[in-house]
Amino acid sequence: MHEEILLDVKNLSKSFILSRSVGDVIHGRHPQVDAVSDISFTLKRGETIGVVGESGCGKTTLGRMLLKLIEPTSGSIDFGGEDLASLDRDSELAFRRRAQLVFQNPFDALNPHFTIRRSIYEPLVNTRVPENQHDQMVADVLIRVQMDRMLHLLDSYPHQLSGGQLQRVVLARALVLNPEFIVADEPVSMLDVSVRAGILNVLREVRDTMGLAAVFISHDLALVRYVCERTITMYMGSVVEDGPTRDVINRPLHPYTRALVQAVPVPNVAQSHEPLALTGNLPDARNPPPGCRFSDRCPLAEDICRQSRPPLRTAEPNRRVACFMVPEMVAETG
Amino acid sequence: MPQAIEPMGPASTGRASAALLPHLTTVPRRTGPLPALALAGKAFWRVPRESHYAKVGLVIYLIFALTAIFADQLVNYEPLEILFADNYQLRRNLPPTADHWLGTSYSGRDIYSQLVMGTRSALAVGLTAAICVVAIGTLVGLIAGYFGGWIDNLLMRLADIALGIPFLPFVIVLASFMGAAQSNVVLGIALLLWPNSARVIRSQVMSLRERAFIEAARVTGAGKWRILFVHIAPNVLALSFLYTSVAVGWAILTEASVSFLGFGPSDTVSWGYMLQDAYASQALGRGQYNWFIPPGLCIVFVVMAGFFISRGYEEVLFPKLKG
Amino acid sequence: MLLSVKDLKIQYKTRKGIVHAVDGISFDVPEGKVVGIVGESGCGKTTAVRSLLRVMPPVASYAGGEINFDGSDILKLSEREMNKLRWRDIAYIPQSAMNALDPVWRVGDQIIEVLTKRGGFKKAKAKLRAEELFEMVGLEQKRLRDYPHQFSGGMRQRASIALALALSPRLAIADEPVTALDVIIQRQVLDTFSRLQREFGLSVVLVTHDISVVAYVCDYVVVMYAGKIVEKGPVKDVLSSPSHAYTIGLYNAFPELSADEERELSPIEGGPPQLLNPPEGCRFRDRCPFAQEICKQEPVEVQVGPEHFSLCHRAHEAAEMREKARDPAVWRGVVTA
Repeated sequence: MHEEILLDVKNLSKSFILSRSVGDVIHGRHPQVDAVSDISFTLKRGETIGVVGESGCGKTTLGRMLLKLIEPTSGSIDFGGEDLASLDRDSELAFRRRAQLVFQNPFDALNPHFTIRRSIYEPLVNTRVPENQHDQMVADVLIRVQMDRMLHLLDSYPHQLSGGQLQRVVLARALVLNPEFIVADEPVSMLDVSVRAGILNVLREVRDTMGLAAVFISHDLALVRYVCERTITMYMGSVVEDGPTRDVINRPLHPYTRALVQAVPVPNVAQSHEPLALTGNLPDARNPPPGCRFSDRCPLAEDICRQSRPPLRTAEPNRRVACFMVPEMVAETG
Repeated sequence: MPQAIEPMGPASTGRASAALLPHLTTVPRRTGPLPALALAGKAFWRVPRESHYAKVGLVIYLIFALTAIFADQLVNYEPLEILFADNYQLRRNLPPTADHWLGTSYSGRDIYSQLVMGTRSALAVGLTAAICVVAIGTLVGLIAGYFGGWIDNLLMRLADIALGIPFLPFVIVLASFMGAAQSNVVLGIALLLWPNSARVIRSQVMSLRERAFIEAARVTGAGKWRILFVHIAPNVLALSFLYTSVAVGWAILTEASVSFLGFGPSDTVSWGYMLQDAYASQALGRGQYNWFIPPGLCIVFVVMAGFFISRGYEEVLFPKLKG
Repeated sequence: MLLSVKDLKIQYKTRKGIVHAVDGISFDVPEGKVVGIVGESGCGKTTAVRSLLRVMPPVASYAGGEINFDGSDILKLSEREMNKLRWRDIAYIPQSAMNALDPVWRVGDQIIEVLTKRGGFKKAKAKLRAEELFEMVGLEQKRLRDYPHQFSGGMRQRASIALALALSPRLAIADEPVTALDVIIQRQVLDTFSRLQREFGLSVVLVTHDISVVAYVCDYVVVMYAGKIVEKGPVKDVLSSPSHAYTIGLYNAFPELSADEERELSPIEGGPPQLLNPPEGCRFRDRCPFAQEICKQEPVEVQVGPEHFSLCHRAHEAAEMREKARDPAVWRGVVTA
């Protein structure tokens, strides 16, 4: 269905240099955190990928880099064939028309001094879309996010709206430019449960009707399953598994993904209470374990895991895993 | 270069969206600092309705403002006019009478007229100086807070210098060198008082910079200056107003001090001038309370009003501080 | 019955009038059981559980009802007597418990302080008990000497639980204890609650908005909406046979990992009513696809199973409602103001 590659991420890394304590200075330490380590993946036109992981795994940093809001330390991001790092001012504006962000906190994502109407028009104004097209584009997006019954909200201010309504506005603002690509960073985590479904349904529908490619960042596997065709799990800055959502959840190959899936509670009393197949706590990001970063908590860890980092390899058609304990698929020759 | 964007999406939205069009009007492109000021102006008037302190403060300001505007109608004599009685005697040190509501000074001048006319210079100096101080402070705070780096460093070091210079002596020196005019007092105040507001606004800007809607502005293509003046500025203007009201009080006090010390202009009457005159004529020794208490009280009220207004703003804009 | 709440009413005085935050709720917590209180923001659950300890802001006041803890009505106790109960018999784990630790004290010292000052422990015994507590919640004993900032979020949460349980209370009230935690830590914390329940007979009142959490760790569940309890009963019954339109709606709005992939979620349109002037009759009426004329009258609690109660006029038609509710179109058709 989607063949053309829209986003090509190659060996992307981002390190943050931390402020040094006195002890660090004395010992000559330069603490840094490798928030994102050597990530590579591709996103095809119209495809939705979920990026799942716990706090600190780097998924938010990754999302920001994909939209050129943070500069990577190394590696490259190609969008529609162009390297994001080499865009000039005009091309950057063109990029902004094609790639947008959906925010986590609906209460903070809108300027409190702007009316809703103004906030939705803002991207059109900023990216210099010809004025005669503005109204039509706003009308289109309002229908898409199902706000056509809420027109009276257009002249209200953010503090007058509920969380669910605000998030719809955030979505409208993100989609008004008809982007080809969005990054949705925990778009429903701050909403009430009964309201989340509305936003998720809009996302699903928009995905189907607009052919939108999306990177959906979440710590909630259940949400990712509902919206995304493909899932990437991240742990301490690296991708540990990448494959079709259904397979990753029903038959996880990486031990971390397995633990994640097992840990998610379901609204069913007869669920398993078996202890999780992992030990300990998340290690300090400044001192990750040598070798595979999951090795100190992994039930399958062996010597090789503690010595070198496992590369992301194809384990099955369309599925990649970064684990020495998962056999690599033997490529068919000929 | 603007390019035509082809709206993607199914044709089915066509009909429905056409129905929405009448409800929408294009938002004008030119959204610069002026609309920002308008937005903030709306907030400005909202505060007094919610806080008693602000109401009281504003009422006091209003009274003084009206006095200043209608001063000509309110006085009977010229403030500096030396007055003689019918018997060619100097109307010196008269107690309050029907003719001179607050009596006369040592030189035979009507105190009441001086007080009322003094309102003008007080407010003129106060307002002008306050606006200058806050305008500079806000601009510096915005730029230093948003751009950071060497600009921030440079501006904050300038602020340090301005803070290090002793205030009153500087104004006095300025008045001595450039002449004892009110404009020089205003200049002195403007040059030295801006760092306070600049610092606070700068830290406010620095925290605003991290907010999601600013990131949203970036992601939707807004340039640096647009973000600064259209998105960030309205959120700090409330602070600016707060500082303005306090600054008016300080400016008036400063002007009074400078005049009292004798370095102010001698051709315009101000409350400080009155106090200086009273002091030099030994009014206290004569028990001429009608001379020096009124201007003193006026200064107190105006400064107090400024603080009340700022207190009101604080209550309304930063309610979490109430505890 | 360790805790028995009867017809509890709590009001807030605001500038605009009186808000009936909790409007007559009744539920029981049996000894050694975990009761979950499920509801969305503004339903009154946090107010309700804080009131169980009488730690409410000055603008809140009790407007009726009883809270019977171990036989006596704690609403009738003096502040002094109530203070003796707090931390010793009833413990409270607040919503952002991970931020409730004092950053300038070592974690161990904070626990020891509670033990010595409130529990009358001697220093040496207190130290032993602190070690015991950490073990209980799954933290390494050597971390007792650390400061809170050296702990991760999940660890701080567990430390707060250890702190709250220092004096072996019989009842723990936990307000959204796992909401802010990652799913793996969440699981560990929930397992800790279960273990404490099993090994020490701890009773827990657990407030959450997540019905999966309730399914995982609770024995009973109380569903709150707009200040009222709309359904309550054993978790198994309420989840398998929800008998109030709101509970049914919640269930259908909830994305779950194991569900049939093609099932579309149905949001509940609109929002909860203002509690300044609560609407007449059933408060869910405006958002309910099954509302009828009768719903304009005040609903009465109906028993739908052993220990299972519903505040829905149409509770007896629950099976039908559940069937209809599976169609997302039913929920979309609800017209709200």
